[in-house]
Amino acid sequence: MSGTGIGARIERTEDKRFITGNGRYTDDINLPGQVYACFVRSPHAHAKITDIDVKEALALEGVVKIFTGKDMEADGLGGLICGWMVTSKDGEPMKAGEHPPLASECVRYVGDCVAVVIGESREVARLGAEAVSVSYEELDAVVEPAQAQNQNAPKVHDGIDKNLCFHWQLGDKDATDAAFDKAAHVTRLDIVNNRLIPNAIEPRAALGDYNPGSGDYTLYTTSQNPHVERLVLSAFVGIAPEHKLRVVSPDVGGGFGSKIFVYAEETACLWAAGKIRRPVKWTAERSESFLADAHGRDHVTHAELALDSDGRFLALRAHTVANLGAYLSTFSSSVPTYLYGTLLSGQYDIGAIHVEVEGVYTHTAPVDAYRGAGRPEATFVVERLVECAARETNKDPVELRKKNFITKFPHQTPVILNYDIGDYNACINRAVEMIDYKGFDERRKGSQTKGKLRGIGFSTYIEACGLAPSSAAGSLGAGVGLWESAEVRVNPTGNVEVLTGAHSHGQGHETSFAQLVSERLTIPIEDITIVHGDTASVQFGMGTYGSRSAAVGMSAIDGALDKVIAKAKRIAAHILEVQPDDIELADAAFRIKGTNKFIPWGELALNAYTAHKFSTDEIEPGLKETTFYDPTNFTFPAGCHICELEVDTQTGCVEIVDYVAVDDFGTIINPMIVEGQVHGGILQGIGQALLENGIYDVESGQLVTGSYMDYTMPRAHDAPPLRLDFTKTPAPSNPLGIKGCGEAGAIAAPAAVLNALTSAIGHEGISMPATPAKVWRSIQT
Amino acid sequence: MYPFTYHKASSIEQAQALLDVSNDSKLLAGGQTLIPTLKQHLASPGTLVDIGKIESLRFIRVEKANVVIGAATPHAQVANDKNLVQKIPALASLVGKIGDPHVRNVGTIGGSVANNDPAADYPAACLALGATIRTDKRSISADDFFTGLFETALVEQEIIVEVAFPVPALAAYEKFPNPASRYALVGVFVAQVEAGVRVAVTGAGANGVFRMTEMESALVNDWSADALEGILPSVDSLLSDLHGAADYRAHLINVMAKRAIAQTC
Ligand SMILES: Cc1cc2nc3c(=O)[nH]c(=O)nc-3n(C[C@H](O)[C@H](O)[C@H](O)COP(=O)(O)OP(=O)(O)OC[C@H]3O[C@@H](n4cnc5c(N)ncnc54)[C@H](O)[C@@H]3O)c2cc1C
Repeated sequence: MSGTGIGARIERTEDKRFITGNGRYTDDINLPGQVYACFVRSPHAHAKITDIDVKEALALEGVVKIFTGKDMEADGLGGLICGWMVTSKDGEPMKAGEHPPLASECVRYVGDCVAVVIGESREVARLGAEAVSVSYEELDAVVEPAQAQNQNAPKVHDGIDKNLCFHWQLGDKDATDAAFDKAAHVTRLDIVNNRLIPNAIEPRAALGDYNPGSGDYTLYTTSQNPHVERLVLSAFVGIAPEHKLRVVSPDVGGGFGSKIFVYAEETACLWAAGKIRRPVKWTAERSESFLADAHGRDHVTHAELALDSDGRFLALRAHTVANLGAYLSTFSSSVPTYLYGTLLSGQYDIGAIHVEVEGVYTHTAPVDAYRGAGRPEATFVVERLVECAARETNKDPVELRKKNFITKFPHQTPVILNYDIGDYNACINRAVEMIDYKGFDERRKGSQTKGKLRGIGFSTYIEACGLAPSSAAGSLGAGVGLWESAEVRVNPTGNVEVLTGAHSHGQGHETSFAQLVSERLTIPIEDITIVHGDTASVQFGMGTYGSRSAAVGMSAIDGALDKVIAKAKRIAAHILEVQPDDIELADAAFRIKGTNKFIPWGELALNAYTAHKFSTDEIEPGLKETTFYDPTNFTFPAGCHICELEVDTQTGCVEIVDYVAVDDFGTIINPMIVEGQVHGGILQGIGQALLENGIYDVESGQLVTGSYMDYTMPRAHDAPPLRLDFTKTPAPSNPLGIKGCGEAGAIAAPAAVLNALTSAIGHEGISMPATPAKVWRSIQT
Repeated sequence: MYPFTYHKASSIEQAQALLDVSNDSKLLAGGQTLIPTLKQHLASPGTLVDIGKIESLRFIRVEKANVVIGAATPHAQVANDKNLVQKIPALASLVGKIGDPHVRNVGTIGGSVANNDPAADYPAACLALGATIRTDKRSISADDFFTGLFETALVEQEIIVEVAFPVPALAAYEKFPNPASRYALVGVFVAQVEAGVRVAVTGAGANGVFRMTEMESALVNDWSADALEGILPSVDSLLSDLHGAADYRAHLINVMAKRAIAQTC
């Protein structure tokens, strides 16, 4: 079955439906009697709500109903939650400000939901929302974390001193300080990790439905993890008990993390559907997405690296202020802490590490996981430090890295993680060869003659993926387990449905997962369907994020396949009157080893269901198995990205002229899909490095970059030539040896680009995004 | 969008009549500026009169020393017109850099010129080539037409019918796109026309498109990039925003002007 099995570069089966316009997204679903929601959003960054007058709006023809926060409170609904508990260094639990889905007392960022207007059409709902008259008493706002930490800064939440949610630390401070005292050289850097706005192609959407006869609720929504959505909406918000709530996440057009979270809008639609007993739909407009999708990154860091006289890394310390926005979003506290601090060892053997992170509230949109989530921020700190250290000590950046690489595994870092396997030299050696590092000086001279500055930059990143195992996550504060579940249903006619708790929103699971099944069951890929995204059919699932779907989700499928094959062999053994061990599965048939006696796959499936030819006392009828799979460790994808670029000194324009990525993702199921993931990730990383910036006005707290007129999304012409290769050390923590590839590009690229840019301009004083205007200014003397 | 009445005109006369019916009516051409404005509830005309489909407004023809473009001619048609590519390649190339293929397939010269967005490309060509904007009422020279940010000499309900561009001896346009919007952060159009040397700058002026007379005089004597060395507009007259402060724009104007000249040498 090598044609469609593991390692086969086959086209994505789901693409036919997507590119022919036959995808079925949330907004494509319409239910009888459906009405539309439009949210009244705060125009202020910070204000007290003194009155909400809905009279005029209610009088409009077609306006069905208007709900405010008070109505939700009166119904006893809970607020939105953050599912990861972080403890401050003084032992205090993080201070989570209340997050009502509709603000009733106070608004805390521009775009905060105040009321929901329900109308017979989108237009009417919108007119209604405009007609709602909210009286505000405007208050001073603060959008910069540094200012929010001032004693007399405006407070985002009452009673939270200096807007500090947590002051967390990781690592051994004394050992780190002692190592710094002995250092021959210390590299110091101040780093800004710019705020990013996610911009999935499909905006968020929700359609809530309620059946008054049965009391059942259904929510169709753009979620990366429908079971978690259901759990939060029932156990915490309290709209309906879990068994009375079905969450369906149909085709979803991209998420990048922003659709992991449980937001106010879908909460309100679902709840309102129950109140008015009609289906309620909302689809975000792009400008709402800018305002109210959870943003990413937004760190300010001071970092230091201590080296001995030989260039060995002795210790690393970092102090980071992370902007959390106005409320804690579903997983936001984990991102600048456990998904960041634990990665600060990079690929290096560093004796001691200490990191402190202050998570600060501001009057801006909540900040949560965005492709890479914490790991791009960590990689940027480590890789910028290492590159600068090489420059300051006149060492070759490649040699300095190699000198400090971890080469023995397993390796316990000073920041929790235990790296199980890797070969960092293999990646950098291949990447250096591909980019022709030796020829760089010549190329630099060539650029000079054209009046351009040329630079080369490295990024040898590591990430912790396949977010799991559950007990480890739990010990770090996760409110959920991070296993994955799967069910393999062999139908009587021999075709197979695989139900997975992972969710595909662009990743191509329907193809990759089917490839595994095709390989293991030796049946054609056309006979396999991957089912995901519906709590009514999938037993349970933790969803897709953190590059976990292949490593954890496919491993779960693999476990269920083991069980299916074992049972099928028992049935075959019965029918062929041999022992199960005598049976092998090959070429879609169960064969007695070494003979030509066999039962075709389809016949066996039928036999499993007719149950005529085996004793049902010994073997249950049917052929369907489930698993809940929890891996034994995180996985540690790693690699080396090298960027080469030219700077036009006249305009400040940066052109990436070559980009090489050599990644170790362990086992690769479909190289084409993996390359696509790397391409997209790198482009997002380039977006962060050169283009994208979420900016709030310091005075008014308005989002300045609230549309594509001002927020620079990478476009096709921003995509440089990308040259990829892969090395392979299979992950020992899961049966397939998969490490995960979804975030690598976004994690590695920003440091590679900035290292190249600073190499070109000859100084470190430039921050992301390095726009032409900034680059030009940085080279004026 | 707020509700409105839509009329599709098949002639200028019919469009005029439809405009006259109500006093809150507005012309619609390609809709690339107007429709987003309506969607954002930033405008609420009661009536839209669509002139985008009027055949007699969609043409490009050579008329003595001019190339004349009908107001409803979409950018894509202009960019690819054989006569124009031959007569005023700089203009064809400018139009080919407006927006993206979708925008170019529907956006029109009339809409662009009437809108006078300070970052739009067409106004630079009009001003540098000394174009004449011909309306249903009169002819207006480009020098008089563009009066400020999103402001023109057009009066209520005046319809642009066509724009006549004198064929230059030499011309070139250099655009530095705004990284986000891809409109011009700075665009410089240089031309040698019968009326002399003209240099027009878009994207940067605090008052919209403007002429750089200092560059014009320098180029009269010496049509070379070197002649522009050190000639920068005053920063006080320039826009400043998150994509580029006034001094950066001033610098870019000089760079783009030199590059435009270099194209012609
Ligand atoms: C994504 C995007 C990118 C763009 N990028 C660029 C760019 O890089 N450079 C650039 O220059 N432009 C750009 N544009 C604008 C584009 O060129 C539009 O076509 C132009 O602004 C308006 O032309 P329109 O035909 O769409 O006019 P409409 O939107 O239909 O109308 C615009 C205005 O002009 C009036 N009007 C239209 N026709 C006439 C007429 N004949 N007489 C009098 N008034 C009239 C209308 O009443 C309205 O007020 C972009 C637009 C978009 C959406």
